[in-house]
Amino acid sequence: MYVRHLQVGSFRNWEHVDLPLGPGPTVFVGRNGEGKTNLVEAIGYLATMGSHRVSSDAPLVRHGAEQAVVRAALRRGDRELLVEIEINPGRANRVRVNRGPLPRPRELLGMVRTVLFAPEDLALVRGDPTERRRFLDELLVTRTPRLAGVRSDYDRVLKQRNALLKTARLARGKAIETLDVWDGHLTDYGGQLLAARLHLVADLAPHMSEAYAEVAGEGAVVAGLGYSSTVPLAGTGSAVAPGAPVPSAAELTEAMRERIAERRNDELDRGMTLVGPHRDDLVIHLGPAQAKGFASHGESWSLALALKLATFALLRGEGEDPILILDDVFATLDAERRAALAAVARSAEQTLITAAVVDDVPEELRGVRVEVGGGYAVVVKDGPGVGERAVVEGRVP
Amino acid sequence: MYEGAVQDLIDELGRLPGVGPKSAQRIAFHLLSAESTDVSRLVAALTRVQQEVRFCVTCYNVAEAEQCRICRDPRRTDDVLCVVEEPKDVVAIERTREFRGRYHVLGGAISPIDGVGPDDLRVKELMTRLMNGAVTELIIATDPNLEGEATAAYLARLVSPMGLAVSRLASGLPVGGDLEYADEVTLGRAFEGRRRIDA
Repeated sequence: MYVRHLQVGSFRNWEHVDLPLGPGPTVFVGRNGEGKTNLVEAIGYLATMGSHRVSSDAPLVRHGAEQAVVRAALRRGDRELLVEIEINPGRANRVRVNRGPLPRPRELLGMVRTVLFAPEDLALVRGDPTERRRFLDELLVTRTPRLAGVRSDYDRVLKQRNALLKTARLARGKAIETLDVWDGHLTDYGGQLLAARLHLVADLAPHMSEAYAEVAGEGAVVAGLGYSSTVPLAGTGSAVAPGAPVPSAAELTEAMRERIAERRNDELDRGMTLVGPHRDDLVIHLGPAQAKGFASHGESWSLALALKLATFALLRGEGEDPILILDDVFATLDAERRAALAAVARSAEQTLITAAVVDDVPEELRGVRVEVGGGYAVVVKDGPGVGERAVVEGRVP
Repeated sequence: MYEGAVQDLIDELGRLPGVGPKSAQRIAFHLLSAESTDVSRLVAALTRVQQEVRFCVTCYNVAEAEQCRICRDPRRTDDVLCVVEEPKDVVAIERTREFRGRYHVLGGAISPIDGVGPDDLRVKELMTRLMNGAVTELIIATDPNLEGEATAAYLARLVSPMGLAVSRLASGLPVGGDLEYADEVTLGRAFEGRRRIDA
Protein backbone atom coordinates (compact mmCIF):
# COMPACT_ATOMS: atom_id res chain seq x y z
CA MET A 1 0.00 0.00 0.00
CA TYR A 2 1.09 3.60 -0.37
CA VAL A 3 0.01 7.07 0.66
CA ARG A 4 -1.19 8.93 -2.40
CA HIS A 5 -2.01 12.16 -0.65
CA LEU A 6 -1.33 13.50 2.82
CA GLN A 7 -3.02 16.40 4.55
CA VAL A 8 -2.29 17.49 8.09
CA GLY A 9 -3.80 20.33 10.07
CA SER A 10 -2.46 21.80 13.30
CA PHE A 11 -0.11 18.84 13.64
CA ARG A 12 3.13 19.61 15.50
CA ASN A 13 4.69 22.68 13.81
CA TRP A 14 2.46 22.45 10.73
CA GLU A 15 -0.61 24.60 10.46
CA HIS A 16 -1.60 23.02 7.19
CA VAL A 17 0.11 20.76 4.69
CA ASP A 18 -1.30 19.31 1.52
CA LEU A 19 1.13 16.93 -0.13
CA PRO A 20 0.80 14.59 -3.10
CA LEU A 21 2.95 11.48 -2.69
CA GLY A 22 3.61 8.51 -4.91
CA PRO A 23 4.85 4.94 -4.82
CA GLY A 24 8.59 4.28 -4.60
CA PRO A 25 11.07 6.21 -2.46
CA THR A 26 10.51 9.83 -1.42
CA VAL A 27 13.06 11.81 0.57
CA PHE A 28 11.92 14.53 2.96
CA VAL A 29 14.89 16.82 3.16
CA GLY A 30 15.43 19.96 5.21
CA ARG A 31 17.31 21.37 8.13
CA ASN A 32 16.73 20.11 11.65
CA GLY A 33 13.65 21.46 13.34
CA GLU A 34 11.80 22.29 10.11
CA GLY A 35 9.28 19.47 10.55
CA LYS A 36 10.37 16.59 8.27
CA THR A 37 9.90 13.96 10.89
CA ASN A 38 6.55 15.45 11.89
CA LEU A 39 5.20 14.62 8.44
CA VAL A 40 6.21 10.97 8.54
CA GLU A 41 5.17 10.80 12.18
CA ALA A 42 1.66 11.74 11.04
CA ILE A 43 1.63 8.77 8.66
CA GLY A 44 2.93 6.52 11.43
CA TYR A 45 0.07 7.75 13.61
CA LEU A 46 -2.46 6.43 11.09
CA ALA A 47 -1.05 2.96 11.62
CA THR A 48 -0.60 2.79 15.39
CA MET A 49 -2.62 5.74 16.71
CA GLY A 50 0.47 6.66 18.63
CA SER A 51 3.73 8.46 17.97
CA HIS A 52 7.14 6.85 17.86
CA ARG A 53 8.54 9.86 19.66
CA VAL A 54 6.13 10.72 22.48
CA SER A 55 3.78 8.64 24.60
CA SER A 56 0.94 11.16 24.90
CA ASP A 57 -0.98 12.94 22.17
CA ALA A 58 -0.74 16.47 23.56
CA PRO A 59 2.62 17.34 21.94
CA LEU A 60 1.20 16.36 18.53
CA VAL A 61 -1.24 19.24 18.52
CA ARG A 62 0.07 22.55 17.29
CA HIS A 63 0.53 25.13 20.01
CA GLY A 64 -2.69 27.06 20.47
CA ALA A 65 -4.90 24.59 18.59
CA GLU A 66 -7.41 22.28 20.26
CA GLN A 67 -7.05 19.35 17.93
CA ALA A 68 -4.89 18.08 15.13
CA VAL A 69 -6.12 16.41 11.96
CA VAL A 70 -4.33 13.85 9.81
CA ARG A 71 -6.01 12.91 6.54
CA ALA A 72 -4.56 10.49 4.03
CA ALA A 73 -5.65 8.94 0.77
CA LEU A 74 -4.05 5.54 0.45
CA ARG A 75 -3.84 3.19 -2.45
CA ARG A 76 -4.26 -0.47 -1.68
CA GLY A 77 -3.93 -2.55 -4.81
CA ASP A 78 -6.52 -0.93 -7.07
CA ARG A 79 -8.62 0.37 -4.22
CA GLU A 80 -8.61 3.75 -2.58
CA LEU A 81 -8.71 4.12 1.19
CA LEU A 82 -9.45 7.47 2.79
CA VAL A 83 -8.50 7.76 6.44
CA GLU A 84 -9.05 10.77 8.64
CA ILE A 85 -8.11 11.09 12.31
CA GLU A 86 -8.99 13.96 14.55
CA ILE A 87 -6.52 13.87 17.42
CA ASN A 88 -8.11 15.14 20.61
CA PRO A 89 -5.65 15.03 23.50
CA GLY A 90 -7.32 13.90 26.70
CA ARG A 91 -10.45 12.83 24.82
CA ALA A 92 -11.31 10.09 22.38
CA ASN A 93 -9.99 10.56 18.85
CA ARG A 94 -12.47 10.64 16.01
CA VAL A 95 -11.74 8.43 13.04
CA ARG A 96 -13.37 8.35 9.63
CA VAL A 97 -12.67 5.75 6.97
CA ASN A 98 -13.92 6.41 3.45
CA ARG A 99 -15.90 9.33 4.92
CA GLY A 100 -17.84 7.09 7.32
CA PRO A 101 -17.15 7.49 11.05
CA LEU A 102 -15.84 4.46 12.94
CA PRO A 103 -17.80 3.80 16.13
CA ARG A 104 -14.58 2.78 17.89
CA PRO A 105 -11.33 4.49 16.81
CA ARG A 106 -9.54 1.26 17.69
CA GLU A 107 -11.08 -0.36 14.60
CA LEU A 108 -8.65 1.61 12.45
CA LEU A 109 -5.71 -0.43 13.74
CA GLY A 110 -4.43 -2.87 11.15
CA MET A 111 -5.86 -0.98 8.16
CA VAL A 112 -2.81 1.18 7.51
CA ARG A 113 0.40 -0.78 7.85
CA THR A 114 3.73 0.90 8.36
CA VAL A 115 7.16 -0.16 9.48
CA LEU A 116 9.07 2.75 10.95
CA PHE A 117 12.80 2.76 11.63
CA ALA A 118 14.17 5.68 13.62
CA PRO A 119 17.12 6.48 15.90
CA GLU A 120 14.77 5.80 18.85
CA ASP A 121 14.82 2.12 17.84
CA LEU A 122 18.23 1.63 19.40
CA ALA A 123 16.19 1.34 22.61
CA LEU A 124 14.71 -1.89 21.24
CA VAL A 125 18.10 -3.48 21.79
CA ARG A 126 19.53 -1.46 24.64
CA GLY A 127 16.50 -0.03 26.42
CA ASP A 128 13.94 -1.26 28.93
CA PRO A 129 11.67 -4.25 28.33
CA THR A 130 8.80 -1.73 28.01
CA GLU A 131 10.10 -0.74 24.57
CA ARG A 132 10.23 -4.32 23.34
CA ARG A 133 6.79 -5.15 24.74
CA ARG A 134 5.37 -2.14 22.96
CA PHE A 135 7.07 -3.21 19.74
CA LEU A 136 5.61 -6.72 20.03
CA ASP A 137 2.12 -5.54 20.92
CA GLU A 138 1.96 -2.93 18.17
CA LEU A 139 2.92 -5.56 15.63
CA LEU A 140 0.44 -8.02 17.13
CA VAL A 141 -2.37 -5.55 16.73
CA THR A 142 -1.34 -4.71 13.18
CA ARG A 143 -1.53 -8.39 12.24
CA THR A 144 -4.56 -9.28 14.37
CA PRO A 145 -6.61 -6.17 15.17
CA ARG A 146 -8.87 -8.13 17.55
CA LEU A 147 -5.98 -8.22 20.01
CA ALA A 148 -6.23 -4.47 20.60
CA GLY A 149 -9.34 -5.25 22.65
CA VAL A 150 -7.68 -8.09 24.53
CA ARG A 151 -4.75 -5.87 25.34
CA SER A 152 -6.81 -2.97 26.64
CA ASP A 153 -8.98 -5.36 28.69
CA TYR A 154 -5.83 -6.89 30.13
CA ASP A 155 -4.51 -3.45 31.08
CA ARG A 156 -7.76 -2.59 32.76
CA VAL A 157 -7.91 -5.79 34.80
CA LEU A 158 -4.27 -5.24 35.71
CA LYS A 159 -5.01 -1.74 37.03
CA GLN A 160 -7.93 -3.03 39.09
CA ARG A 161 -5.94 -5.94 40.44
CA ASN A 162 -2.96 -3.76 41.33
CA ALA A 163 -5.26 -1.33 43.14
CA LEU A 164 -6.68 -4.26 45.08
CA LEU A 165 -3.25 -5.64 45.96
CA LYS A 166 -2.17 -2.23 47.17
CA THR A 167 -5.13 -1.94 49.53
CA ALA A 168 -4.77 -5.60 50.51
CA ARG A 169 -1.29 -4.82 51.74
CA LEU A 170 -2.69 -2.27 54.16
CA ALA A 171 -5.70 -4.28 55.29
CA ARG A 172 -4.51 -7.81 54.73
CA GLY A 173 -7.17 -10.47 54.35
CA LYS A 174 -10.03 -8.00 53.99
CA ALA A 175 -9.98 -7.03 50.33
CA ILE A 176 -8.34 -10.24 49.30
CA GLU A 177 -11.50 -12.28 48.99
CA THR A 178 -12.20 -10.71 45.61
CA LEU A 179 -8.68 -11.37 44.33
CA ASP A 180 -9.68 -14.74 42.86
CA VAL A 181 -12.22 -13.03 40.66
CA TRP A 182 -9.64 -10.67 39.18
CA ASP A 183 -7.19 -13.57 38.80
CA GLY A 184 -9.74 -15.30 36.58
CA HIS A 185 -10.08 -12.29 34.27
CA LEU A 186 -6.35 -11.53 34.28
CA THR A 187 -5.31 -15.04 33.32
CA ASP A 188 -8.00 -15.27 30.64
CA TYR A 189 -6.76 -12.20 28.81
CA GLY A 190 -3.14 -12.89 29.80
CA GLY A 191 -3.22 -16.36 28.24
CA GLN A 192 -4.54 -14.97 24.96
CA LEU A 193 -1.93 -12.24 24.89
CA LEU A 194 0.89 -14.67 25.70
CA ALA A 195 -0.18 -17.12 23.00
CA ALA A 196 -0.34 -14.32 20.44
CA ARG A 197 3.08 -12.98 21.42
CA LEU A 198 4.65 -16.44 21.25
CA HIS A 199 3.23 -17.02 17.78
CA LEU A 200 4.56 -13.65 16.71
CA VAL A 201 8.06 -14.31 18.06
CA ALA A 202 8.08 -17.71 16.35
CA ASP A 203 7.01 -16.12 13.04
CA LEU A 204 9.45 -13.24 13.33
CA ALA A 205 12.56 -15.18 14.42
CA PRO A 206 13.52 -16.68 11.03
CA HIS A 207 13.11 -13.27 9.35
CA MET A 208 15.31 -11.77 12.06
CA SER A 209 18.16 -14.22 11.42
CA GLU A 210 17.92 -13.62 7.71
CA ALA A 211 17.77 -9.84 8.01
CA TYR A 212 20.72 -9.71 10.39
CA ALA A 213 22.85 -11.82 8.06
CA GLU A 214 21.95 -9.35 5.32
CA VAL A 215 22.78 -6.30 7.43
CA ALA A 216 25.92 -7.55 9.15
CA GLY A 217 27.37 -9.22 6.08
CA GLU A 218 29.30 -12.43 5.48
CA GLY A 219 30.63 -14.37 8.44
CA ALA A 220 28.58 -12.57 11.07
CA VAL A 221 27.18 -14.54 14.02
CA VAL A 222 23.55 -15.57 13.88
CA ALA A 223 20.89 -13.36 15.49
CA GLY A 224 17.80 -14.88 17.06
CA LEU A 225 14.76 -14.05 19.14
CA GLY A 226 13.40 -15.51 22.34
CA TYR A 227 10.64 -14.75 24.82
CA SER A 228 11.37 -14.45 28.48
CA SER A 229 8.25 -14.78 30.59
CA THR A 230 7.13 -14.56 34.19
CA VAL A 231 5.04 -17.61 33.26
CA PRO A 232 7.62 -20.40 32.81
CA LEU A 233 5.58 -22.29 30.19
CA ALA A 234 5.68 -19.21 27.92
CA GLY A 235 9.46 -19.18 27.61
CA THR A 236 12.68 -18.71 29.46
CA GLY A 237 14.28 -16.40 26.93
CA SER A 238 16.32 -18.87 24.92
CA ALA A 239 16.23 -18.43 21.16
CA VAL A 240 13.21 -20.09 19.56
CA ALA A 241 13.95 -22.96 17.21
CA PRO A 242 12.13 -23.00 13.87
CA GLY A 243 8.95 -25.07 13.99
CA ALA A 244 8.93 -25.43 17.78
CA PRO A 245 5.35 -25.88 19.06
CA VAL A 246 3.66 -22.96 20.81
CA PRO A 247 1.39 -23.65 23.81
CA SER A 248 -2.28 -22.78 23.35
CA ALA A 249 -3.99 -19.82 25.02
CA ALA A 250 -5.88 -22.21 27.33
CA GLU A 251 -2.66 -23.91 28.42
CA LEU A 252 -1.01 -20.55 29.03
CA THR A 253 -3.99 -19.31 31.02
CA GLU A 254 -3.74 -22.39 33.22
CA ALA A 255 0.03 -22.01 33.63
CA MET A 256 -0.41 -18.33 34.50
CA ARG A 257 -3.06 -19.21 37.07
CA GLU A 258 -0.70 -21.69 38.74
CA ARG A 259 2.17 -19.24 38.75
CA ILE A 260 0.02 -16.50 40.26
CA ALA A 261 -1.04 -18.86 43.05
CA GLU A 262 2.61 -19.64 43.78
CA ARG A 263 3.56 -16.00 43.96
CA ARG A 264 0.56 -14.74 45.88
CA ASN A 265 2.54 -13.85 49.00
CA ASP A 266 5.15 -11.93 47.01
CA GLU A 267 2.40 -10.06 45.23
CA LEU A 268 0.76 -9.15 48.52
CA ASP A 269 4.08 -8.00 49.95
CA ARG A 270 4.89 -5.81 46.98
CA GLY A 271 1.33 -4.70 46.34
CA MET A 272 1.48 -5.34 42.61
CA THR A 273 0.94 -8.01 39.97
CA LEU A 274 4.23 -9.78 39.33
CA VAL A 275 3.11 -12.45 36.87
CA GLY A 276 1.86 -11.84 33.35
CA PRO A 277 2.74 -10.51 29.90
CA HIS A 278 3.16 -6.99 31.32
CA ARG A 279 6.38 -8.17 33.03
CA ASP A 280 7.79 -10.18 30.13
CA ASP A 281 10.49 -9.38 27.61
CA LEU A 282 11.52 -10.08 24.07
CA VAL A 283 15.08 -11.36 24.13
CA ILE A 284 17.36 -10.57 21.20
CA HIS A 285 20.19 -13.06 20.81
CA LEU A 286 23.47 -12.52 19.07
CA GLY A 287 25.27 -15.80 18.65
CA PRO A 288 25.32 -17.57 22.01
CA ALA A 289 24.79 -14.40 24.09
CA GLN A 290 21.95 -12.01 24.78
CA ALA A 291 22.38 -8.79 22.83
CA LYS A 292 21.43 -6.48 25.69
CA GLY A 293 24.53 -5.49 27.61
CA PHE A 294 26.74 -7.54 25.32
CA ALA A 295 26.41 -6.24 21.77
CA SER A 296 28.63 -3.34 20.73
CA HIS A 297 27.12 -0.05 19.64
CA GLY A 298 27.46 -1.01 15.99
CA GLU A 299 26.00 -4.46 16.54
CA SER A 300 23.11 -2.95 18.50
CA TRP A 301 22.33 -0.69 15.56
CA SER A 302 22.46 -3.64 13.18
CA LEU A 303 20.15 -5.65 15.44
CA ALA A 304 17.63 -2.81 15.69
CA LEU A 305 17.71 -2.41 11.91
CA ALA A 306 17.41 -6.17 11.38
CA LEU A 307 14.41 -6.31 13.71
CA LYS A 308 12.63 -3.67 11.64
CA LEU A 309 13.59 -5.29 8.35
CA ALA A 310 12.32 -8.60 9.74
CA THR A 311 9.04 -6.89 10.61
CA PHE A 312 8.84 -5.58 7.07
CA ALA A 313 9.52 -9.05 5.63
CA LEU A 314 6.92 -10.62 7.92
CA LEU A 315 4.18 -8.18 6.90
CA ARG A 316 5.22 -8.36 3.25
CA GLY A 317 4.92 -12.14 3.46
CA GLU A 318 1.25 -11.69 4.39
CA GLY A 319 0.56 -10.35 0.94
CA GLU A 320 0.96 -6.58 1.03
CA ASP A 321 3.93 -4.28 1.45
CA PRO A 322 3.65 -2.03 4.49
CA ILE A 323 4.74 1.59 4.04
CA LEU A 324 8.40 1.77 5.00
CA ILE A 325 9.35 4.89 6.96
CA LEU A 326 13.02 5.61 7.56
CA ASP A 327 13.36 8.53 9.90
CA ASP A 328 16.83 10.09 9.92
CA VAL A 329 18.71 6.79 9.93
CA PHE A 330 20.97 6.74 6.87
CA ALA A 331 23.49 9.18 8.37
CA THR A 332 24.20 6.85 11.26
CA LEU A 333 24.77 3.67 9.24
CA ASP A 334 28.01 2.46 7.65
CA ALA A 335 28.27 1.52 3.99
CA GLU A 336 27.34 -2.14 4.37
CA ARG A 337 24.25 -1.48 6.45
CA ARG A 338 23.22 1.41 4.19
CA ALA A 339 23.36 -0.93 1.24
CA ALA A 340 21.24 -3.56 2.99
CA LEU A 341 18.66 -0.96 3.96
CA ALA A 342 18.70 0.70 0.54
CA ALA A 343 18.00 -2.62 -1.15
CA VAL A 344 14.82 -3.10 0.87
CA ALA A 345 13.88 0.58 0.59
CA ARG A 346 14.10 0.38 -3.19
CA SER A 347 11.97 -2.73 -3.39
CA ALA A 348 9.19 -1.51 -1.05
CA GLU A 349 5.99 -0.26 -2.60
CA GLN A 350 6.51 3.07 -0.83
CA THR A 351 9.44 4.28 1.24
CA LEU A 352 9.40 7.61 3.04
CA ILE A 353 12.82 8.82 4.13
CA THR A 354 13.80 11.85 6.17
CA ALA A 355 17.30 13.32 6.09
CA ALA A 356 18.91 16.63 6.99
CA VAL A 357 21.22 16.42 3.98
CA VAL A 358 20.20 14.66 0.78
CA ASP A 359 23.76 13.34 0.34
CA ASP A 360 23.20 11.10 3.36
CA VAL A 361 20.66 9.13 1.35
CA PRO A 362 21.87 6.53 -1.18
CA GLU A 363 21.70 7.98 -4.65
CA GLU A 364 19.19 5.48 -6.05
CA LEU A 365 16.59 6.63 -3.49
CA ARG A 366 16.82 10.36 -4.16
CA GLY A 367 14.54 10.62 -7.19
CA VAL A 368 11.59 12.32 -5.55
CA ARG A 369 12.14 14.83 -2.79
CA VAL A 370 9.97 16.88 -0.51
CA GLU A 371 11.93 19.96 0.43
CA VAL A 372 10.94 21.11 3.87
CA GLY A 373 11.86 24.52 5.19
CA GLY A 374 10.52 27.91 6.23
CA GLY A 375 7.07 26.51 6.86
CA TYR A 376 6.75 25.02 3.37
CA ALA A 377 6.86 21.48 2.07
CA VAL A 378 7.45 21.36 -1.69
CA VAL A 379 7.57 18.26 -3.89
CA VAL A 380 10.53 18.32 -6.27
CA LYS A 381 11.13 15.71 -8.95
CA ASP A 382 14.20 15.19 -11.07
CA GLY A 383 13.13 16.04 -14.55
CA PRO A 384 13.95 14.11 -17.71
CA GLY A 385 17.04 16.21 -18.36
CA VAL A 386 20.04 16.00 -16.04
CA GLY A 387 19.84 18.50 -13.19
CA GLU A 388 16.46 19.77 -14.25
CA ARG A 389 14.04 20.33 -11.38
CA ALA A 390 10.32 20.72 -11.52
CA VAL A 391 8.26 22.04 -8.67
CA VAL A 392 5.13 19.91 -8.63
CA GLU A 393 3.18 21.38 -5.81
CA GLY A 394 3.84 23.77 -3.00
CA ARG A 395 1.77 24.77 -0.11
CA VAL A 396 1.74 27.98 1.84
CA PRO A 397 1.36 27.27 5.56
CA MET B 1 -15.15 33.97 36.34
CA TYR B 2 -18.44 35.50 37.34
CA GLU B 3 -19.49 37.25 40.53
CA GLY B 4 -20.22 35.26 43.70
CA ALA B 5 -23.65 33.61 43.42
CA VAL B 6 -23.56 32.98 39.67
CA GLN B 7 -20.14 31.36 39.83
CA ASP B 8 -21.23 29.26 42.81
CA LEU B 9 -24.19 27.99 40.80
CA ILE B 10 -21.98 27.20 37.79
CA ASP B 11 -19.51 25.35 40.03
CA GLU B 12 -22.27 23.30 41.64
CA LEU B 13 -23.87 22.42 38.31
CA GLY B 14 -20.45 21.52 36.92
CA ARG B 15 -20.05 18.89 39.61
CA LEU B 16 -23.04 16.95 38.31
CA PRO B 17 -22.28 13.90 36.18
CA GLY B 18 -22.32 14.57 32.46
CA VAL B 19 -22.27 18.35 32.86
CA GLY B 20 -19.10 20.07 31.69
CA PRO B 21 -18.13 23.70 32.40
CA LYS B 22 -19.78 24.99 29.20
CA SER B 23 -23.07 23.20 29.88
CA ALA B 24 -22.99 24.35 33.50
CA GLN B 25 -22.69 27.94 32.34
CA ARG B 26 -25.54 27.50 29.89
CA ILE B 27 -27.84 25.98 32.51
CA ALA B 28 -26.94 28.70 35.01
CA PHE B 29 -27.84 31.49 32.59
CA HIS B 30 -30.98 29.68 31.57
CA LEU B 31 -32.03 29.60 35.23
CA LEU B 32 -31.21 33.30 35.61
CA SER B 33 -33.53 34.26 32.79
CA ALA B 34 -36.26 31.71 33.60
CA GLU B 35 -39.60 32.55 35.21
CA SER B 36 -39.29 32.61 38.97
CA THR B 37 -42.10 30.02 39.31
CA ASP B 38 -40.07 27.57 37.17
CA VAL B 39 -37.04 28.05 39.37
CA SER B 40 -39.14 27.65 42.51
CA ARG B 41 -40.51 24.37 41.17
CA LEU B 42 -36.96 23.11 40.60
CA VAL B 43 -35.95 24.19 44.10
CA ALA B 44 -38.98 22.44 45.56
CA ALA B 45 -38.22 19.26 43.63
CA LEU B 46 -34.64 19.23 44.87
CA THR B 47 -35.76 19.82 48.44
CA ARG B 48 -38.31 17.04 48.24
CA VAL B 49 -35.78 14.60 46.86
CA GLN B 50 -33.47 15.39 49.70
CA GLN B 51 -36.11 15.18 52.40
CA GLU B 52 -38.49 12.49 51.26
CA VAL B 53 -36.64 10.01 49.09
CA ARG B 54 -34.85 7.25 50.90
CA PHE B 55 -33.74 3.75 50.22
CA CYS B 56 -36.05 0.76 50.59
CA VAL B 57 -35.10 -1.20 53.72
CA THR B 58 -35.47 -4.49 51.84
CA CYS B 59 -33.99 -4.02 48.38
CA TYR B 60 -32.26 -0.58 48.61
CA ASN B 61 -34.11 0.77 45.61
CA VAL B 62 -35.22 4.40 45.94
CA ALA B 63 -38.48 4.62 47.87
CA GLU B 64 -40.78 7.18 49.40
CA ALA B 65 -41.85 4.90 52.23
CA GLU B 66 -40.21 2.27 54.40
CA GLN B 67 -40.36 -0.14 51.47
CA CYS B 68 -40.33 0.59 47.76
CA ARG B 69 -43.31 0.06 45.47
CA ILE B 70 -41.97 -3.25 44.18
CA CYS B 71 -41.23 -4.78 47.58
CA ARG B 72 -44.75 -3.79 48.74
CA ASP B 73 -46.47 -5.33 45.71
CA PRO B 74 -48.14 -8.61 46.83
CA ARG B 75 -48.60 -9.79 43.23
CA ARG B 76 -44.87 -10.26 42.67
CA THR B 77 -43.18 -13.58 43.37
CA ASP B 78 -40.70 -13.97 46.21
CA ASP B 79 -38.76 -16.90 44.78
CA VAL B 80 -36.83 -15.07 42.07
CA LEU B 81 -34.43 -12.27 42.97
CA CYS B 82 -32.69 -10.02 40.48
CA VAL B 83 -29.45 -8.31 41.56
CA VAL B 84 -28.62 -4.99 39.91
CA GLU B 85 -26.03 -2.28 40.43
CA GLU B 86 -28.16 0.86 40.58
CA PRO B 87 -31.80 1.90 41.04
CA LYS B 88 -31.84 3.03 37.39
CA ASP B 89 -31.22 -0.59 36.40
CA VAL B 90 -34.43 -1.55 38.21
CA VAL B 91 -36.30 0.98 36.10
CA ALA B 92 -34.71 -0.39 32.93
CA ILE B 93 -35.70 -3.98 33.73
CA GLU B 94 -39.20 -2.90 34.83
CA ARG B 95 -39.74 -1.35 31.42
CA THR B 96 -39.46 -4.82 29.88
CA ARG B 97 -42.43 -6.05 31.98
CA GLU B 98 -40.84 -9.49 31.69
CA PHE B 99 -39.68 -9.88 35.23
CA ARG B 100 -42.18 -10.44 38.05
CA GLY B 101 -39.81 -11.21 40.93
CA ARG B 102 -38.10 -8.89 43.37
CA TYR B 103 -34.89 -6.87 43.18
CA HIS B 104 -31.77 -6.24 45.17
CA VAL B 105 -29.78 -3.06 44.48
CA LEU B 106 -26.07 -3.36 45.28
CA GLY B 107 -25.29 0.33 44.98
CA GLY B 108 -22.41 -0.13 42.50
CA ALA B 109 -19.89 -2.71 41.35
CA ILE B 110 -16.58 -3.94 42.70
CA SER B 111 -13.84 -1.61 41.52
CA PRO B 112 -10.60 -1.50 43.54
CA ILE B 113 -9.40 1.57 41.57
CA ASP B 114 -12.34 3.52 42.97
CA GLY B 115 -11.86 1.90 46.36
CA VAL B 116 -15.10 -0.09 46.08
CA GLY B 117 -14.97 -3.58 47.56
CA PRO B 118 -17.75 -6.01 48.56
CA ASP B 119 -18.06 -4.30 51.95
CA ASP B 120 -18.99 -1.04 50.26
CA LEU B 121 -21.84 -2.73 48.42
CA ARG B 122 -25.00 -4.23 49.89
CA VAL B 123 -23.65 -7.75 49.66
CA LYS B 124 -24.10 -8.62 53.33
CA GLU B 125 -27.71 -7.50 53.10
CA LEU B 126 -28.17 -9.70 50.04
CA MET B 127 -26.82 -12.72 51.91
CA THR B 128 -29.20 -12.02 54.79
CA ARG B 129 -32.13 -11.93 52.38
CA LEU B 130 -31.07 -15.19 50.76
CA MET B 131 -30.66 -16.90 54.17
CA ASN B 132 -34.39 -16.89 54.93
CA GLY B 133 -34.91 -19.43 52.15
CA ALA B 134 -37.75 -17.85 50.17
CA VAL B 135 -35.52 -17.19 47.15
CA THR B 136 -34.78 -20.19 44.93
CA GLU B 137 -33.39 -18.42 41.89
CA LEU B 138 -30.91 -15.59 41.64
CA ILE B 139 -30.49 -13.55 38.46
CA ILE B 140 -27.34 -11.45 38.38
CA ALA B 141 -27.94 -8.41 36.19
CA THR B 142 -24.81 -6.33 36.77
CA ASP B 143 -23.43 -4.35 33.83
CA PRO B 144 -21.64 -6.39 31.13
CA ASN B 145 -18.36 -4.53 31.67
CA LEU B 146 -15.24 -5.61 33.51
CA GLU B 147 -16.37 -4.41 36.95
CA GLY B 148 -19.88 -5.81 36.49
CA GLU B 149 -18.51 -9.18 35.41
CA ALA B 150 -16.15 -9.26 38.38
CA THR B 151 -19.02 -8.49 40.73
CA ALA B 152 -21.13 -11.21 39.13
CA ALA B 153 -18.32 -13.76 39.42
CA TYR B 154 -17.78 -12.81 43.05
CA LEU B 155 -21.48 -13.12 43.93
CA ALA B 156 -21.83 -16.41 42.08
CA ARG B 157 -18.96 -17.84 44.09
CA LEU B 158 -20.34 -16.46 47.33
CA VAL B 159 -23.81 -17.93 46.97
CA SER B 160 -22.80 -21.24 45.40
CA PRO B 161 -22.94 -23.16 48.75
CA MET B 162 -26.60 -22.12 49.14
CA GLY B 163 -27.74 -24.33 46.29
CA LEU B 164 -29.68 -21.65 44.42
CA ALA B 165 -30.18 -21.55 40.69
CA VAL B 166 -27.88 -18.69 39.70
CA SER B 167 -27.92 -17.12 36.25
CA ARG B 168 -26.35 -14.15 34.53
CA LEU B 169 -28.14 -12.02 31.95
CA ALA B 170 -27.20 -13.05 28.43
CA SER B 171 -25.01 -10.69 26.43
CA GLY B 172 -24.85 -10.65 22.71
CA LEU B 173 -26.43 -9.09 19.67
CA PRO B 174 -28.83 -6.20 19.96
CA VAL B 175 -32.32 -6.88 18.65
CA GLY B 176 -32.99 -5.21 15.32
CA GLY B 177 -29.27 -4.75 14.70
CA ASP B 178 -26.99 -6.00 11.97
CA LEU B 179 -24.49 -8.77 12.54
CA GLU B 180 -21.80 -6.91 10.62
CA TYR B 181 -21.88 -3.94 13.00
CA ALA B 182 -21.27 -6.00 16.14
CA ASP B 183 -17.78 -5.80 17.60
CA GLU B 184 -15.74 -9.02 17.96
CA VAL B 185 -16.20 -9.32 21.70
CA THR B 186 -19.97 -9.02 21.55
CA LEU B 187 -20.18 -11.37 18.61
CA GLY B 188 -17.90 -13.85 20.41
CA ARG B 189 -20.17 -13.73 23.44
CA ALA B 190 -23.21 -14.23 21.27
CA PHE B 191 -21.60 -17.36 19.87
CA GLU B 192 -20.80 -18.67 23.32
CA GLY B 193 -24.35 -18.05 24.49
CA ARG B 194 -26.10 -19.38 21.36
CA ARG B 195 -29.38 -21.17 21.80
CA ARG B 196 -30.82 -24.27 20.20
CA ILE B 197 -33.91 -23.61 18.12
CA ASP B 198 -36.72 -26.00 18.97
CA ALA B 199 -38.51 -26.81 15.77
